[in-house]
Amino acid sequence: MSQLSVRHLLGIKHLTNKDLQLIFQTADNFKDVINRPIKKVPSLRDVTIANVFFENSTRTKLSFELAEKRLSADVINFSSTGSSVKKGETLLDTVNNILAMKVDMVVIRHSSPGAPHFLAKHIRANIVNAGDGTHEHPTQALLDTFSIREKLGGVEGKKVVIVGDILHSRVALSNIFALQKLGAQVMVCGPNTLLPKYIEQLGVKVELDIDKALAWCDVANVLRIQLERQQIKYFPSLREYSLYYGINRSRLDALDKPITIMHPGPINRGVELHSDVADSEHSIILEQVENGVAIRMAVLYLLAGAEVEQ
Amino acid sequence: MQKRLILDGPLLEITISRLCQQLIENHQDFKNSVILGLQPRGIYLAERIHQRLEKLLNKQVRMGFLDITFYRDDFRRRDIPLEANTTSVPFIIENQKVILVDDVLYTGRSVRAALDAMIAFGRPSKVELLVLVNRRYSRDLPIQADYTGLSVNTMPSQRVLVEWENHGAKKDNVWLVNY
Repeated sequence: MSQLSVRHLLGIKHLTNKDLQLIFQTADNFKDVINRPIKKVPSLRDVTIANVFFENSTRTKLSFELAEKRLSADVINFSSTGSSVKKGETLLDTVNNILAMKVDMVVIRHSSPGAPHFLAKHIRANIVNAGDGTHEHPTQALLDTFSIREKLGGVEGKKVVIVGDILHSRVALSNIFALQKLGAQVMVCGPNTLLPKYIEQLGVKVELDIDKALAWCDVANVLRIQLERQQIKYFPSLREYSLYYGINRSRLDALDKPITIMHPGPINRGVELHSDVADSEHSIILEQVENGVAIRMAVLYLLAGAEVEQ
Repeated sequence: MQKRLILDGPLLEITISRLCQQLIENHQDFKNSVILGLQPRGIYLAERIHQRLEKLLNKQVRMGFLDITFYRDDFRRRDIPLEANTTSVPFIIENQKVILVDDVLYTGRSVRAALDAMIAFGRPSKVELLVLVNRRYSRDLPIQADYTGLSVNTMPSQRVLVEWENHGAKKDNVWLVNY
């Protein structure tokens, strides 16, 4: 018998190595479940979960919804477009109204960093952070490290480079925390303007040359350029970025060993990743998506179980 | 904590032999029958029975392990969730006769969960239950075993402890423990 050390999944920062191992072990079992003829288990049949998305999402939202349905939870979906948020309702009011409908768990995505933390302080339901601004995206980091564990047999001692828009990426920060807690070495690589100041204080290596970074690593986690979050121009053009940092076949062929390519999606083909790499045998992008459902089932199951009835 | 020995090694061997003979009586050559051991403790008995059956029949008998953690009816009603175990059912159970194997039958709730869990792998033509120890008069649900090693009268304050050689114990023993 075991449980997580937290009641909410707000970020990887608050988890322990033991928590991560427990989530992985549970996800192993759920991965087995979702590959059966009948992919559903009745564990969460008396739990209602609200997916509250204040920001666009395809993969994460579908993945959470599928995970919830596979666990037999009741699901309600909320997206800020077309809702009363446009009429001036505050975040707390919106969520409290949803909770008044007797909801047990809230999965929230919000453009403001810390929004899930704010909710966790004010409401009783279990909160799962599905991405808060440029801060954290814990389930993505969990599924990324779970996929590395599956592909390479473990995370400890592996060298992982995170390439691209580190400055605006919540995936990068959560991945750095998760990889370090699991004992991997982490490097970030990108144009100077897209690397946060003082990032090396997190204990990561910094490299500006993509070819050197690829030669060093076992796994490259390639991030999207988040144009929607960039208020100013950080590099001259996407074409130039692609020339200097885009990963293509010839860059990989120049290496003396095969490396694993990951991407949290959505991919901008021809910018950070070329099609000949994205669709190659070294890419585990679609495995990441499959593992996402298993990881989210594990997180929801473990958090729901922590709630003691009466 | 007091404990009383209710089955020792030699007697346990005889009991397992009898259970195997009863199984063969009903399933003959096991052509359309499979064994499913319930995680976590039923799998040791299932392994023992499986070994013995293969020896007696001189042919392969299909066996799998079924984990019922996600199908339990006490999730969110106990302090902390139970850790899940591996499920390994490497065959289709559609139209097969399934023999569920567990060490102790108490309230019957695990068996109910196992029936749910099993359905995810197909629709069996028949399901039977084999247990080593049947705790009489303590069922919460209308569930009974088809094959029983030993029936005992117990109180709720007691527990049946099955120890297996090679799995954390020096010798095979079944104890009735008072708390």
